[in-house]
Amino acid sequence: MARDRGIFIEGMRKRYGEGETAVDALKEVNMQVMPGEVVGLIGPSGSGKSTLLKALGAVIEPTAGRMILGDEVIYDNGWLISDLRALRRDKIGFVFQAPYLIPFLDVTDNVALLPMLAGRPNGESRQRAVELLEALDIAHRAGAMPSQLSGGEQQRVAIARALVNQPPVILADEPTAPLDSERALAVIRILNQMARQYQTAIIVVTHDEKIIPTFKRIYHIRDGRTHEEAGEGREFE
Amino acid sequence: MISLAARDVLHAWGKFVFTGVGLGLLIGVTLTMAGVYRGMVDDAKVLLNNSGADLWVVQKQTLGPYAEPSSVHDDVYRSILGMPGVASAANVTYLTMQVQQGDRDVRVMVVGIVPDGPGAPGYLLAGRQIVRSHYEAVADVGTGFKLGQVIHIRRHNYTVVGLTRRMVSSGGDPMVFIPLRDAQEAQFLKDNDAILNERNRTAANPAFSRPDVLEAVINSQSNNPFVNAVLVQIKSGFTPEQVAESIRRWKRLQAYTRAQMEEILVAKLIATSSKQIGMFLVILAIVSAAIVAFIIYTLTMGKIREIAVLKLIGTRNRTIAGMIMQQAVGLGLIGFIVGKISATVWAPMFPKYVLLEPGDALRGFIAIVVICILASLLAIRAALKVDPAEAIGG
Repeated sequence: MARDRGIFIEGMRKRYGEGETAVDALKEVNMQVMPGEVVGLIGPSGSGKSTLLKALGAVIEPTAGRMILGDEVIYDNGWLISDLRALRRDKIGFVFQAPYLIPFLDVTDNVALLPMLAGRPNGESRQRAVELLEALDIAHRAGAMPSQLSGGEQQRVAIARALVNQPPVILADEPTAPLDSERALAVIRILNQMARQYQTAIIVVTHDEKIIPTFKRIYHIRDGRTHEEAGEGREFE
Repeated sequence: MISLAARDVLHAWGKFVFTGVGLGLLIGVTLTMAGVYRGMVDDAKVLLNNSGADLWVVQKQTLGPYAEPSSVHDDVYRSILGMPGVASAANVTYLTMQVQQGDRDVRVMVVGIVPDGPGAPGYLLAGRQIVRSHYEAVADVGTGFKLGQVIHIRRHNYTVVGLTRRMVSSGGDPMVFIPLRDAQEAQFLKDNDAILNERNRTAANPAFSRPDVLEAVINSQSNNPFVNAVLVQIKSGFTPEQVAESIRRWKRLQAYTRAQMEEILVAKLIATSSKQIGMFLVILAIVSAAIVAFIIYTLTMGKIREIAVLKLIGTRNRTIAGMIMQQAVGLGLIGFIVGKISATVWAPMFPKYVLLEPGDALRGFIAIVVICILASLLAIRAALKVDPAEAIGG
């Protein structure tokens, strides 16, 4: 599956409040992540990482700027999409610091839930889920409940869930924070593999020193402004 | 689409089922309270049915004989018998009292009857009807008396010769039928000291100190020529109201038809009790609603992070609201099933009759579903207010 672009952000700003109490959380954000690419987004606390992630995830509305997701302009100084819930469901994948799997659904249904919510038949959704679980080498735990999985296994299921609707972009918020070095690198390896396999653009927000050298490109965010720099891309050369 | 509510319930079924059982016991109490009220109404109707009367002739300006004391002369029935439309008429007395049997005593309604007349028990489970004029009794099985047992009423012993069933007062006390004369005596018979004192007082009254007068007065004090009511059966071709109107007009007594007597029993005699039970039902309904609301709210708050994730990944509000509402209704269903079974099991153990009507169960079920839906609104409101951004750190 080839896409022209993953995600493109230009001149994004976000202001909270008005008048003297107004705070500019994002002042000038420019980013582009191509399909199949994994980039890091790093920055100190209060730099605007979370605000940017929420804006990219269509959870909060930016104040200005332009955002293109896949082949579609979704924001141009205002949302161009009326159903942001459907946008999140169909075009954005999320991987969180903790996996946040639904505890009362088994592994397969945790992954299959998204296509089911989009109205796809249960059988087709489960089939798609099983394929992804096989690709992530966790199909043997397909019938297990989340509480029966290790932290690494849970994170792989969360990645499968993020990929299941084949979104053009995945936002990963500190996905390796609770993992040791070996498992953290395994997760990054999987993300890179999946990005290439499914032509998905992945943005990884992280503080994790273990994985920062693995990115080929890194966006630093300071005082609400992004700066791009080349990464070491160590693990995957 | 899979049922998120069902999956959640199956995942934590123990907590859910035990909560449902607790709620069910409360619902069982609610259904039982409704059954107690129905039982009171049924007791009142049974009392009227069992009397076999079409009219109750009582003292004027009273609601007797069940709701108020009533006293009419025991020869009135003869003149009523001669009136047009009257098929039969019989005296009857009612007296609620403690009756002794061996070492125990039982609260009963002692009914003085004329054998084979209106007011006599219509059917027997065992034994025979009263055939002697004195010292025989027919008892409701609710008294616990057995055939051949001797019971003590006032100053006399009575042998239980027959047993009947569902013969109760409007208050639910089982009945004991005895011959009319004995019942009249039991109503007014005083102890020996009281009789002696009364005679002395009468003798000391100068107004009675004339030949023959004192003896006549004392004789009149020694027997009881009163009964509580005359039960009348009417001939076909006459309406109860027609005959009642004649009695009211010519005998200067009060005559109630079956419909009027039912109105007195249900709307007046047990009105306060029914209001009392109604208040209990309202309170129990509020408590049930509060419990369901609290449980569903607590269960929902325990899943707030999952709900935020569900919203973030695109779950519609109505799916989340549906999940919470289905769980609330599911809890109500478990509660109703447990409550219905509980009420059915323990209703026969109650000392008074508890009548569980299918209509009440249906109304209860609908009320529980409505209460559960309303109770879930608080949790739904809280869930819908969850910001999907909560799933993202920062």
